[in-house]
Amino acid sequence: MRKQPNDIDLQIMWNRLVAVVEEQAQTLLRTAFSSIVREAGDLSAGLFDARGRMLAQAVTGTPGHVNSMAESVKHFIAHFGLQNMRPGDAYITNDPWLGTGHLNDFVITTPCFYRGRLVGLFCCTSHLMDIGGIGFGPDGTDVFMEGLYIPFLKLLDEGRINDTLMAMVRANTRQPIDTVGDVYSLAACNDVGCTRLVEMMEEFELETLDLLAEHICAKSRQAVLAEIAGLPKGSWSNSMTTDGFDGPITLRATTTIKPEGIHVDYAGTDAQARRGINVPLAYTTAYTVFGLGCIVASKIPNNAGSLSPLTVSAPPGTILNAAKPAAVCIRHVIGQMLPDVVFGCLAQAIPDRVPAEGTSCLWNLIVRGPLPGRRGGNYAFSMAITSNGGTGARPRADGLSATAYPSGVKGTPIEIAEAITPLIFWKKELRPGSGGAGRTRGGLGQIIEIESGIGQPFELLAAFDRIDFPPRGRAGGKPGAPGAVAIKGGRKLNGKGTQLVDAGERLVVMTPGGGGLGEAKDRDPAVHAADEREQRLSPSA
Amino acid sequence: MRQTSVAARLAVDIGGTFTDIVLLIGKRRLVSKLLTTPRAPEQAVIAGVRDILASAGLAFSDIAVFVHGTTLATNAIIERKGAKTALLTTEGFRDVIEIADEGRFDQYDINIVKPVPLVPRELRFTIPERIDVRGRVRLPLDEQAVRAVVGHLGELGIDAVAVAFIHAYANPAHELRVGEILAEITPRLAVTLSSQACPEAREYERSSTAIANAYVQPLMSGYLRRLKETMAELGYVHPIHLMTSGGNLASLETAARFPVRLVESGPAGGAILAGQLALERGEHRIVSFDMGGTTAKICLIDDGEPLKARTFELDRQSRFKKGSGMPVRIPVIEMVEIGAGGGSIARVDTLQRILVGPDSAGAEPGPACYGRGGSEATVTDADLAIGKIDPVRFAGGKIEIDAGRAEAALLNGVGNKLAGKTSEQAAVGVSEIVDENMANAARVHAIERGVAIGERTLVAFGGAAPLHASRIAEKLGISRIIVPPDAGVGSALGFLAAPAAYELVRSRHMLLSEFDADAADAIVEGLVQDASAHCRAAAGERPIGLRRSAFMRYAGQGHEIMVALPDRRLLPADVVTFRQAFEREYGRLFARHIPDAEIEIMSWMVLASTESEAPARLASAPPRAAPPPAGERSIFDARLGRRQVVAVFDRKALLPGTHLEGPALIVEEGTSTYVSPSFDVVVDAGEALILSARPKLD
Repeated sequence: MRKQPNDIDLQIMWNRLVAVVEEQAQTLLRTAFSSIVREAGDLSAGLFDARGRMLAQAVTGTPGHVNSMAESVKHFIAHFGLQNMRPGDAYITNDPWLGTGHLNDFVITTPCFYRGRLVGLFCCTSHLMDIGGIGFGPDGTDVFMEGLYIPFLKLLDEGRINDTLMAMVRANTRQPIDTVGDVYSLAACNDVGCTRLVEMMEEFELETLDLLAEHICAKSRQAVLAEIAGLPKGSWSNSMTTDGFDGPITLRATTTIKPEGIHVDYAGTDAQARRGINVPLAYTTAYTVFGLGCIVASKIPNNAGSLSPLTVSAPPGTILNAAKPAAVCIRHVIGQMLPDVVFGCLAQAIPDRVPAEGTSCLWNLIVRGPLPGRRGGNYAFSMAITSNGGTGARPRADGLSATAYPSGVKGTPIEIAEAITPLIFWKKELRPGSGGAGRTRGGLGQIIEIESGIGQPFELLAAFDRIDFPPRGRAGGKPGAPGAVAIKGGRKLNGKGTQLVDAGERLVVMTPGGGGLGEAKDRDPAVHAADEREQRLSPSA
Repeated sequence: MRQTSVAARLAVDIGGTFTDIVLLIGKRRLVSKLLTTPRAPEQAVIAGVRDILASAGLAFSDIAVFVHGTTLATNAIIERKGAKTALLTTEGFRDVIEIADEGRFDQYDINIVKPVPLVPRELRFTIPERIDVRGRVRLPLDEQAVRAVVGHLGELGIDAVAVAFIHAYANPAHELRVGEILAEITPRLAVTLSSQACPEAREYERSSTAIANAYVQPLMSGYLRRLKETMAELGYVHPIHLMTSGGNLASLETAARFPVRLVESGPAGGAILAGQLALERGEHRIVSFDMGGTTAKICLIDDGEPLKARTFELDRQSRFKKGSGMPVRIPVIEMVEIGAGGGSIARVDTLQRILVGPDSAGAEPGPACYGRGGSEATVTDADLAIGKIDPVRFAGGKIEIDAGRAEAALLNGVGNKLAGKTSEQAAVGVSEIVDENMANAARVHAIERGVAIGERTLVAFGGAAPLHASRIAEKLGISRIIVPPDAGVGSALGFLAAPAAYELVRSRHMLLSEFDADAADAIVEGLVQDASAHCRAAAGERPIGLRRSAFMRYAGQGHEIMVALPDRRLLPADVVTFRQAFEREYGRLFARHIPDAEIEIMSWMVLASTESEAPARLASAPPRAAPPPAGERSIFDARLGRRQVVAVFDRKALLPGTHLEGPALIVEEGTSTYVSPSFDVVVDAGEALILSARPKLD
């Protein structure tokens, strides 16, 4: 009879689980076809126990995926039933309300068996570049316009691929090779995770993950509660207005800190919008608890235990709890604002731990158009070129320039973007003067200029924010510079919606700077002098 | 007695603190260790070689092979002591190295600090020009603009220039022209073109590699030139070979042009030696642990082959975090490196935590106990204060040790800032923190690679590793440690075991459905010719083996996998062989392949290398009684949490077969091995110390 593992054994096994899911994520990254996955890392991967509790998530990946996927596995279990799951099965959906918030994310769950027994489930998700519909933009007015909607289905049935499903997928995308290839790579990464988990269970002579799951969840929950114990108790409210699509949208939050947890309620938030910037609750929850985690429990691993004291509610029908069949394709632009909304509450309770507002939403350049000779139709290429503005000034350091926060994706190298699209980048440089002044300064945005390299028009599926309402400073800090989208030497473009850039025109995108923190007069003169020497302050430089 | 008939082989490894020298004459081995002379590193090299030749009764002209490795380049980057460097880049792309990958290396930490670029913003100059992804000129090079910028470089005090234009890997014409203009106007500047240092797509990694190369080039090329001249004046007649970070030997001329390829040469030598030593002892799964004066490096080695990678991160800001350093694309033996060495400086932060490193007191001024002006407490000072270093026998008595200075530094730097802790308490804290840091780095690396660290054998070498190996093994649950003979000069010994080899990669895209056997064969054959010629220059008469491979992927993917090619002419029928080989490898790596998907070949690689023969297994040594101790010392044991009296042995007096029970301190010229009470030790037939965990009594 094997011995009961002690705390140190459990610690080692826990570390190993983290390594297993990291390998799962790396497999997805290395085998993906979608450029936003392979270059920018827009994915997530994790291991769940038979109750659907997330035990480990890969560090590689992005929070909106991770924390919404954390809930998704429970829906898979409820739908298919553990008792019906067989070795070799894999299940799929892209349901925005049961998955990760929009149709572009395919979520795949694979039950993992050891000695004939289901011991856990691997789940992963990644962003597919095209699933039909009107494309990856905010113009849709309901979810059915936004592409192929895949309910819970078996992707693999005891090892046999679902040919009907794959034929449907292939027939409903402008990029069949990439999309089908990505489905395979999602399935493969779960298989790699399962192989490694089985090896680990053999090595440590485990029959189930139950004891380990309890250990992980209990320890993590305790650690978060211990952090919460050190916080002031009470309720704090904040509101933040964003550009929206057809008009400004105000997000309101009340954050309540009690000994047993932190709750964020979005009562008072504006109603859901007509266009595709609505956020399903799972995605709202994902970014809200991520923001809380960064401030309150940044050293504690993310799992069902550490997430359990952090809860979120939003009234149905608001933009943060949009009801099916609302359009949700660009749910991340509003969703990624939520850490800032929560920070505005926390800054009243623990001002020395919270940064100023930043760009927050990704400034992805979503572009599409024809290739030479018009082969492949009007949209023979399409790509989301990930790019970012500045983050908010931090209590002890300036904001980060051109850096994703809260999203975890990376920027796209322009040499890769130009290999995939027929576009030419004429500029991609920091934007001097865009960081909000303060004792610590906001991070700088970027200036990006793009033109068609083949003398053809291309479409910009704009999904930007912080143009009318730039990131605010805090405690006397100045706001960051607002974002801007225009044709060089010509017309202004809208922050949201599909627009045409003509042959010979240069698209100019200026991403926002982060807000400043504290009074600028209190800034260290040496740091200010360095900023001047490096030409970071004046827009004309 | 002068021996002219025997070929002497010389290896020299310059580390941040010490310069190690090994001379092999047949089976005879002479070693020595000197303090590095950072301002003119060749001084220590020449002085040390002269001494070691004298003691062997040989002259410089008797040296048949000279292999050299150095971490001078790495240390210059970590300590920001390289050349004042300017960047010339495409207009509109001034901030490529600062925008980097727009990511955060820690998802949840809002306080991360990104690496400070080697070239500050005011020294990044942009030039109107543009080449597109296919290598076509979209905007001609503005030579006037180039001349205007270059004309200013002198007054700015610039010593080195990196040129990194967008898509220069696809067409280097503009970079080459700028190189010509630079040579014409300011011939004294060191120039690195990104298209030569790293001809691969992805502007951030390529620019970063070119800049790192430029940053260290004046220092490195000047040093190598002086070394070559001095060695020649003294009578050395053969070429000097440089150890590269990939574990292969390169010519001195190549090294002077691309010194960034040398950044990890010392550690690479260590990893090669560790692999060899382990095979001699029948050990196939090891972790090598190389701790010198400035850093510690950890490498996983299976069956004698260290893990390899094609990207390396310099100067990580956050010790264990991938993505927190500056990327360079070079062939490299994969290892984790942290700022934890004998010279690492200890201090106390505002949260009253002891921090160790990553900055090092290096060789000058060195640890406080060296009495060379260093006043900050280092790991070596802590080792001395807790008794692990015998001041009388340190470095064979060549370096005078002042225990009083060590204690004063520990008190001032650490003890007094922690509510009046004694110097011994401070020393114990410093020692435990640095050991924990190293154990964690090993643990994290092993986890990333999916291996169980506790089941591996630890091979400890480098001047400080044998002092710390017992404690690290305790922390990792490792039950077996090998401390090779002359552990203090392990990297240098490894240089002499490295293959002469040359690896060449050439990009040439080919869809498998359009496989052209003749064209493919011409590419591979060209690579074979070039790589063989380079390899031959370093290989002498030894036979050369070839390994051909292709980097392939499914069309549309972003990452390739390496697939071995047959060792013969390629034939049209190989389209089937390639598909099978790719799908087999893909399935092995990623569990399932994609039916009927198009496959593409992105690039081709040939490795020409001298074959390394598997070392013979050592015989076992008959048991032998231990000699009486040479003395005893009081040493504080971290696991027990108290001092105890420990017998001290002179390693030279321990013959093969000797068995000792821990605790023991085994002293030799280059280092000391602390055998904690958790271990017993045996000297094996190869004179390595083999530490084995005692069965736990509790």
